[in-house]
Amino acid sequence: MCLGIPGEIVTISQDQPDLAMVDVSGVRRKINIGLLEGEPLDPGDWILIHVGFALSKIDEAEAKAALEFLESIGQAYADEIDALRESRIE
Amino acid sequence: MRYVDEYRDAGKARALAASIASLCEPGRRYKFMEVCGGHTHTIYKHGLEDYLPENVTLVHGPGCPVCVIPMGRVDDAIHIASQPGVIMTSFGDMMRVPGGDGSFFDAKAAGADIRMVYSPLDALKIARQNPDRRVVFMAIGFETTAPSTAMTLMRAAATGQDNFSVFGNHVTIIPAIKAILDSPDLRLDGFIGPGHVSTVIGCRPYDFIAREYGKPLVVAGFEPLDILQSVHMLLTQLAEGRSEVENQYGRVVPWDGNLKALQVINETMELRPYFEWRGLGFISHSALRLRGSFAAHDAERIFQIPGSRVADPKACQCGEVLKGVLKPWECKVFGTACTPETPIGTCMVSSEGACAAYYNFGRFTRERVREATR
Repeated sequence: MCLGIPGEIVTISQDQPDLAMVDVSGVRRKINIGLLEGEPLDPGDWILIHVGFALSKIDEAEAKAALEFLESIGQAYADEIDALRESRIE
Repeated sequence: MRYVDEYRDAGKARALAASIASLCEPGRRYKFMEVCGGHTHTIYKHGLEDYLPENVTLVHGPGCPVCVIPMGRVDDAIHIASQPGVIMTSFGDMMRVPGGDGSFFDAKAAGADIRMVYSPLDALKIARQNPDRRVVFMAIGFETTAPSTAMTLMRAAATGQDNFSVFGNHVTIIPAIKAILDSPDLRLDGFIGPGHVSTVIGCRPYDFIAREYGKPLVVAGFEPLDILQSVHMLLTQLAEGRSEVENQYGRVVPWDGNLKALQVINETMELRPYFEWRGLGFISHSALRLRGSFAAHDAERIFQIPGSRVADPKACQCGEVLKGVLKPWECKVFGTACTPETPIGTCMVSSEGACAAYYNFGRFTRERVREATR
């Protein structure tokens, strides 16, 4: 919850520019990107996500390192991904 | 995994450790606080204390958002959840946090409609799907989650989702650090600053720590080498007689933070005069409440809140652990009466809590050290 999880942008919604389809460890869900106003975002970019919102854009190296860190935490990250799987942001 | 190796290279870690040792003044003891629970995790998981000289100690701080929720607030939330027509929602981390009268899980088993959500936006969606119910989101967390609550509140107001409200419990990290600095219990030499909170607030709010208290602070990443490098930067400052705010995690944390996130927090929330923190007591201007302009979505104005105050269980020493006065294993009930399966204190509930981190990863190292010193 307090730790950001990295996700890769797959598509950005045309009709809702605040939303992007993001891949987080194989789980694809909509994420709100409204807090990254002014930051150019494209498919393939990595973002750090907190509870459904992207809070910063990061590079791929950082994303991979962050993922490794989260996976090392074990259950807590598994719980976070399970929660994300249930998420249906509009 | 080339990327990860860059942050975990054992050779680099040993080289850093040697350099850290050379920076220490003989006979001087150093105590640094890692504010964030994520850092505590890295330290225990990778046994980083073993890389540090004996006279450098790391103590954990209050940076675990679930851990600092006082028991009375959980009771207040359960009181709201038991009102007619209410659906209470919160993050999964909240479900097992004990109040004076049980946890969300207990209340749910007793019939309250309490649902886990991943995002406050999911709670808003539940409100949309249940127009005849009152949906309350129990908002918790530091500046990492407050912008999400703010954005959701703005969406609720804009779409006229009148059956949606927020029970606000957002806390801010700076006053907690100040309270620790003012506490007579602990003498600290510097801080490892939180990584993800700083992506929102940036590095400037820490200036007073360097200027007024003369302590260095280094904002750090979560990899083992990040932490070791941050300790190195802190010791370098001390060796050179400096106390400054430095950013080791510049690859993620902008110096000014996320201005849009700060703007939406400010638009929807204001500082409370004071708020109770578990273990730290009442701290002035340390938490956020909804602004009057969002009264229609403020659970504290919509419902009668009992304002419960519950003292922590006598056996529990989470307060001392949150202030860094005690190490987890020094608590009387650690690992015996209090375990992740049957937590007494919040530090054992949350995966970001120091006790849970130590319980899961630290034991082996501690026992090895004990054996070595026997």
